[in-house]
Amino acid sequence: MSLKDILSPLTVWRRTAEKPYTVIDPINDRPGAARYRGFHKNDMEACIGCGTCETICQNAAIDLVPVEGIETTNGDSGLRPQIDYGRCCWCALCVDICTTSSLTMSNEYIWVDTDPEVFRFVPGAENKPWDNSELGYSRAEGYQLLDPERVEMPELEPDTRLTSFIEMVQGYSAEQAKKEADRCVECGICMAACPAHMDIPGYIKAIRENDINGGLALMYQTNPFPASCGRICTHRCEEVCAINHTGDPIAIRWLKRYIADMADESDYQAITKTAEPERTEKVAIIGAGPGGLSAAYYLRLLGYQVTVFEAQPHGGGMLRYGIPEYRLPYDQLDKDIDLVASLGVEIKYNTRINGLKESNGPKESDGPGSDGGPAPSFEQLYQDYDAVFFSTGLPDPYTLGIQGEDHPRVISGISILEDVTAGKTPDLRKSVAVVGGGNVAMDAARTARRMGCEVTVLYRRREVDMPADEEEITEAKEEGVKFITQAIPVRIEDKPEAKGEQAAFVWGEAEMVDQGEDRRPKPVLQEDKIHTDLFDTVVPAIGQGSSLDFIPEDMAAKIGIIKYKIKVGLHGETGEPKIFAGGDISNRLKDAISAIADGHRAAKGIDRYLRENQSKKETS
Amino acid sequence: MTNAPIIPLTDNHQAGRRVDLSSGKYLKLWQGPQHPGITGNMSLELTVSGDEIVDLRTHVGYLHRGFEKLMERRTYIQNFPIVCRICVPEPDFNEYLYAATVEELAGIRVPERANWLRNLTLEMARLASFLQWIGGQTGAFGMGVIGQWGITHRDYVLDLFEELSGGRIYHMYIIPGGVRGELPEGFEERARAVLDKVENLLGDIERAMFHNAVFKDRAKGLGVIPREMIDSYGITGPNARAAGVARDVRKDQPYLLYDQLDFDVVTASGSDTYDRAWVRFQEIHQSLSLIRQMLTRMPKSGPIHTQLPNPLHWKIPAGQTYRRAECTRGEYGYYLVSDGSGYPRRVYVRGPSYTHAVALMESMAVGANIADVAGLMVSFHTYPPEIER
Repeated sequence: MSLKDILSPLTVWRRTAEKPYTVIDPINDRPGAARYRGFHKNDMEACIGCGTCETICQNAAIDLVPVEGIETTNGDSGLRPQIDYGRCCWCALCVDICTTSSLTMSNEYIWVDTDPEVFRFVPGAENKPWDNSELGYSRAEGYQLLDPERVEMPELEPDTRLTSFIEMVQGYSAEQAKKEADRCVECGICMAACPAHMDIPGYIKAIRENDINGGLALMYQTNPFPASCGRICTHRCEEVCAINHTGDPIAIRWLKRYIADMADESDYQAITKTAEPERTEKVAIIGAGPGGLSAAYYLRLLGYQVTVFEAQPHGGGMLRYGIPEYRLPYDQLDKDIDLVASLGVEIKYNTRINGLKESNGPKESDGPGSDGGPAPSFEQLYQDYDAVFFSTGLPDPYTLGIQGEDHPRVISGISILEDVTAGKTPDLRKSVAVVGGGNVAMDAARTARRMGCEVTVLYRRREVDMPADEEEITEAKEEGVKFITQAIPVRIEDKPEAKGEQAAFVWGEAEMVDQGEDRRPKPVLQEDKIHTDLFDTVVPAIGQGSSLDFIPEDMAAKIGIIKYKIKVGLHGETGEPKIFAGGDISNRLKDAISAIADGHRAAKGIDRYLRENQSKKETS
Repeated sequence: MTNAPIIPLTDNHQAGRRVDLSSGKYLKLWQGPQHPGITGNMSLELTVSGDEIVDLRTHVGYLHRGFEKLMERRTYIQNFPIVCRICVPEPDFNEYLYAATVEELAGIRVPERANWLRNLTLEMARLASFLQWIGGQTGAFGMGVIGQWGITHRDYVLDLFEELSGGRIYHMYIIPGGVRGELPEGFEERARAVLDKVENLLGDIERAMFHNAVFKDRAKGLGVIPREMIDSYGITGPNARAAGVARDVRKDQPYLLYDQLDFDVVTASGSDTYDRAWVRFQEIHQSLSLIRQMLTRMPKSGPIHTQLPNPLHWKIPAGQTYRRAECTRGEYGYYLVSDGSGYPRRVYVRGPSYTHAVALMESMAVGANIADVAGLMVSFHTYPPEIER
C-alpha cells in the first residue's frame, strides 16, 4: 500500500459539488422517448376487429369485445381489442402485427388510480390523456411481421392470350400456394363477407398443412363448385381481407382453385360418402346453373330424390354460357357438375319446361326431355314432386332502348358468349363496339378480341363506376380493348353507303352531374358533343333480365312474382309453400357464389318443409 | 442437546470433515435472499467459525420462473418477448441468441445493417451491465458513492436504449429476422456524448477505486481462482481472463461483426477480486471503443429486417443448434431443438452464472472473512435470474 493509494481517491473530490443526477419531477419533466412502448392507442375507425392482436399476444392480455356505437358490418367484426394491463408486458407484438396499423402505443407510462379495477385499455371508453399523444411506439419503416405482397399468379402473356381460348390463369404451384396460404391471419372476416360463408381460413389452413382432402371436404360443406369458383368467383372475401388494409389481400380464390386442381379421385369420393339415408320425397329443380345444382347437391346429400331440368344441352348455366372458356374451362365446370351427378342427382338436359320462353340467343330446339318423354310443364312438376326449386337466372339481355336497335348488325353480348360456348362462330367481322361496363361486356369484348376483332367498349359512366371486376378491365386493356367512357348511346343508323353491312353508332359525350352524398354522379348527355362511328357489329351488354313465362299466371301470383322479380325468404321460400326459388332471379348480388348460397339455403328450407310435412302426415 | 445434528459439509474443500454444531464453535448464518447486494434473489448458507467461513452452501430457487418450460408452450414469435426477461441487466444477449438459433434452424439471413445494429446493442448492454456491476462491487466494500456514479451512468446508456427500442430494461429490439427499428434521428451524436461522459467517469473511478488503499487491501488476494480450476469448473469471461486464460467468444468464435472490429482480449494474472475488477474495468474501455468503431463504420442505410414467414403459423424445420456469445460474465449460450412444429421442442439457456455463483462460490468462500463474502460474490459477477431459467 502506497501513499498514492491513500491520496488518489481524494482527487475526485470535485464530484461532491455536482448537481443531483435524478429528475426531481419525473411525471412532468421526464416524458417517455419518442418510440416508448407505453399505454395503447387504437384508431377505432381504422380498426376492423380482426383479432390478430389477440392471437399473437403471448400474455393473453387482449380480448376482442363489443363496443357501443360500433356495428358489425361487411369487413368489420364490430369488436375491438380490450387490453388487460395486469397481463400486458408491453412487447408491442400486437402493434407490429396489426393488419390495419390502427393499434399503436403512446409514450405515456404513468397511470395513477386508487381503483385497482381500472387498469385496462377499454375500447370506446378511453378518454385518457394519452389518447391523442403523438409520440409513442408504432411499427417501424422496413420492419413488418406480415408479408404485404401476394404471390404473383402465373398468367399467359396478353399476346399469347389473344391467339386462343386457353385458360389464361395458370394456377399456383404447391410451393406458391403454401406461401400465399401462409399470409393468412385466420381472422375470418372473409367468411362473413362470402355469400356462402365458406370456411376460408379453414381451407387455407388445409393448404398450409398439405391436407388437400380436408380442404376439399371443407369447401364442399358450403360450395359444390370449388373448381369453378376457384376461377371466376367475384371474391367478395378478398375485398374485406384484413391484409387488404396494408397490402394485397390473400388470393383466396386462387387458393380455392389450388385445392380443386390438386384434389384427386379419392378426395372426391371421400366427399360423396357423407350422404344420409335415402328418403322417398322427390324434389324438382328447374335450371342446372350454380343455384340449381347447389340445391340439388345438398338435397341429395340429405337423401332426397332430386331431378334437375335444364333447357340447355349442358349444365352450369351462366358459368358455361356467360363466361368464356379462357376464364373457366369447360372441363373444370364439368368436374364440379359431374360430382353432383355422381351422387345420384338426375339431370335432364335439353328439357325446357313447357312455356319457358327461348332467350334471344340460338338454342337447341325445344322439345322432349332427354329421356325421350315429353317436356313437363310447371304445373306438372308442381303436381308430381313434393317440392320445386327454380333458379332459372337472367337469360334475356336488356335492350339499349334506342332508335335503330333492330339493325341486323346488332348482336347481344350474351348471345355471342352462348354461341362460342355452343361451338358456333358468331358473325362479328372486324370492328366491334361493345356497349356496357359489366362483366358480360368485358367477356364479350375479350372474346371478340380473340376472334380477331378490333374492339371498343363504350360505357356511360366513368371507369371507376364500371361494375366489372377491376382485373377484367385491366386484362381487357392488356389485350388491346379500347375504352371510351362517359359515352351515352343515342341511336343506331343505317348509312346508305354501308348497305346494311355496318351500323352507324351515334353516341354523345356525357357530363357527370353530382347527385349529392351517397349517390353516384349521373351521366348527362351533352347535346353538342355527338359522335357517329361506323362499326361492323354493335354489341349491347348492359345486363339481363329474367324469363319466367313458363310459370302460369295464377301460379305466378301465388308465388309472388311481381314485374319479373321474386321476393324470397331466407331459405328461398316463396308465397307458395311447396315452391322455392333462388339465384340471379331473386338475388341482388347476381353472382355465382350468391346463387350457390341460395341453393344451399333453399335445400335447408326444402328439407325443413318436407320434414314438417312428414310429421304432419304422421300425426294426422 | 446430546442429539444435536452433525452437519456433513460439502465435499469441495473440507471433504470428510464434519462440523458438530453443538460444540459451540460454529455458527450458521444466512446471507440472502434479501441481501442488499446484487447477489440478491439467492442465498448463501454460511457456516462460520468466528468470522471465518468454514463452509458455504448456495441456495437458488427464489427466482425460478420456468422460462425454458414456458417457451415450449409458446410459438416462436411469442417467445421473443420472453427471452429478454431471463437476464434483467443484459436482456440483449438473450434476444440475440434466441434470434440467432431460430434464424439458423429456419434458414433466415439477416440483413447486414441489422447485424451492425445488433452488435451495437450487445456492446451497449455490456457497457450498461458493467456500470451496474461497479455499483455492486464498490458497494460491497463500503464505497457506495462510486457505485452511485456507476448506476447513474448506466441510466444514460438506458436512455439510449429507450429511444432506440422503446424500453429501458426490456428492449425487445432484436427480433428473429433483424431488428425492430432504425437508429432515431441524432442518435449517434447523443450516443457519443454518453460515451464521453462514461469515459470521463472512468478516470475518476480508476483513481477512486483501483488506486484506493481500502479497495486494494480488501480485493487483492481475495478469492484467487487457481488456473487449474478454470477448465475443470467451466469458468468463462472475466473470471477466466483474470486468471490469464485468453478466452473470449468474440475472438474464439466471432459472431456478428466482431471479426471486423479492432480489439484485444484483456487478461490479467492475479486471478483475485482485484484483477477480475481490473479486467472488467478495461473491458468497459474496450466497449466504449467498440461502440465508437461501430458508430463510425456502420453502413448508414439498408434493410433492417428480413420478411419472416407469417409468425402466426411459423414452423421451423426439425433440427438443433447451439449458439454462443460473450456476455459480460462469460459464455452465454442458447441450445434450441425444433421438432418441426410451431413450438420449440426444447430451449436450454446456458448462462455463466450457474457455474460461477454456485460451484465456484461454494469453493472459493471457504476460508474467507464474513465481511468479504458480498464482495467476493460480486467479483464473480453473477446474476441469479439467468441461473434460474
